[in-house]
Amino acid sequence: MTTATISRWDRFRDSFLWYSFKRDKIAIVSFLVLVLMVAAAVFAPLLAPTDPYDLAQINIMNSELPPVGMSGADAAFPLGTDAQGRDMLSTILYGTRVSLLIGFGAVVLQAVLGILFGLLAGYLGGRVDSILMRIADVQLSFSTLMVAIIVGAVFKASFGNLMFGEIAIYMLIFIIGVAEWPQIARTVRASVLAEKKKEYVDAAKVMGFGTRRIMFRHILPNTLSPIFVIATVQIANAIISEAALSFLGLGMPETQPSLGSLIKSGFDYIQSGSWWITLIPGLVLVVLVLVINLLGDWLRDVMNPRLYKG
Amino acid sequence: MTSPTPLVDIRGLEKRFDLSGSLLEQISFKNGRFHRKQEAVHAINGVDLQVQKGEALCVVGESGCGKSTVARTVMGLLSPSGGEIYYDGERIDNLDGKEVLPYRRKMQMIFQNPYASLNPRMTIQQTLEEPIRFHHPDWDTDRVKEKVSEVMQSVGIDPDWGSRFGHEFSGGQRQRIAIARALAVDPEFIVADEPISALDVSIQAQVLNLLMDAQEKRNLTYLFITHDLAVVEHFGTRVAVMYLGRVCELADTKTLFSTPRHPYTQALLSAIPKLEDDRPNHIRLQGEVPTPVNLPSGCVFHGRCPYANERCRQEIPQLIATDEGAQVACHAVEEGRL
Repeated sequence: MTTATISRWDRFRDSFLWYSFKRDKIAIVSFLVLVLMVAAAVFAPLLAPTDPYDLAQINIMNSELPPVGMSGADAAFPLGTDAQGRDMLSTILYGTRVSLLIGFGAVVLQAVLGILFGLLAGYLGGRVDSILMRIADVQLSFSTLMVAIIVGAVFKASFGNLMFGEIAIYMLIFIIGVAEWPQIARTVRASVLAEKKKEYVDAAKVMGFGTRRIMFRHILPNTLSPIFVIATVQIANAIISEAALSFLGLGMPETQPSLGSLIKSGFDYIQSGSWWITLIPGLVLVVLVLVINLLGDWLRDVMNPRLYKG
Repeated sequence: MTSPTPLVDIRGLEKRFDLSGSLLEQISFKNGRFHRKQEAVHAINGVDLQVQKGEALCVVGESGCGKSTVARTVMGLLSPSGGEIYYDGERIDNLDGKEVLPYRRKMQMIFQNPYASLNPRMTIQQTLEEPIRFHHPDWDTDRVKEKVSEVMQSVGIDPDWGSRFGHEFSGGQRQRIAIARALAVDPEFIVADEPISALDVSIQAQVLNLLMDAQEKRNLTYLFITHDLAVVEHFGTRVAVMYLGRVCELADTKTLFSTPRHPYTQALLSAIPKLEDDRPNHIRLQGEVPTPVNLPSGCVFHGRCPYANERCRQEIPQLIATDEGAQVACHAVEEGRL
């Protein structure tokens, strides 16, 4: 038995993760749909028939055309057009891109803050733990939306609409990221508390390793699975939060719409019969969030140490 | 037995674990008055031990007698509440940060549970390389790899298995890897905290022999914590018997097993099952081990000792030398009543 080098790929193919993925139809379908949507969003500039950011390509005369298959439809606009004459298909592709970008960006920020504070609180304990966790509690007692609305309104008032449009993406990433870090910090802290009692941490201490090395090299890798699970769900949450803020008029401006601001922009026309401007981006948003949540559920089932010990 | 400086010298070691929590939790309101109540578990209450170079000092005792706490305090995983620890004449229990690093190389520890003592996310190669790289930053990759394969071979693990993870090995193999990790930094002194109690009986002997081989080849000194008296007889040069956070008898292995003096040691040894035992002659102790939260006055053993008198209830016995070269903490032995 001296089969030496087993590659990472072989390990993955032998793993429980891959095994249960292959047997879970919902996970496979969700994953495929997600990959499809992410790819479509990433390659939007190549796939989209028109560029919705380019005012020269928009003709106001094409406004509110219905999707193909309805009377008065134009074959150039398969999903119809919005009130400004933008091609819905292109706008949705670009909007998904913006929504996903904000979702991922916010979760990356959350993860950085959450992992750092969670590790510090869990490993150092004592006063550091109390202070960090009380800050987290205080922050969780405000709803994300309320904080975001206040900060967004202040920014919008102080920078003006034009400037706000330029920095809106970063603003939203910042607001949603900062508002939700306690979720990840608490998860990390809980698993650090369990891990730091194990003997391999004692062994590392006996070796004389420093606190930082023990925290990041020894404990952090062992807390990654719950972080992974919660981060997946948090992406969906961040996308929803962004959509809600945009719907309230505090998110992405209509010139570079996200899915949320598309829904909002169509909402005014829903009574006048142009339902597609709201409904189609709404469906895309629902499908996007649904597949992420389904994947998150599957991940949680697979990585739950109570169900499966790795 | 009395060489000039012992390798490890533990003097008057005490360790208390606070039970009462923060100030607010300590205060209670009773009968119209505020009371402040502080409680602590007295895990070690004044332990004196000298570990001589080249020996294997075994510490035995029942669960909760503080033997693991002694091991962890010596290794600096716990800070003592009182007393001093010396290594080769230098005090080490109050060092911090960088000062302690040279001792980390000289003193290593082997843990009880081989299933928890290896980092599950690291391969064996990584687990073994990390301490070497950390303590020898000037070594190049080839030299580190050579050292890793040397220690792996010396514990009987094929160096080709380095790319595997801990969970791919059996308990005995994992314990060998844990031993290899301790040996990787070339220590002089190893604290083994019940290193074989989590293993299958058939594997215990292998690991024990491995530890003895390593002692011979590398000139190691052991502080060996165990509750298995058969292991002590096989492995130890000297034995310290602990009861409720105190050493009650310290003797050469042979002396202790042939002529135990302390009443607790006598009871402990009489409990070893023997093949010819058709009518066992166990000494049955009365009562239970007192709680380490409220220690008994005087000798900690007086409540269960058949020879206890008034002095035992008042005065804490100190370790005194006997004729056989052993040390016993017992008033009855001192007075010749036993």
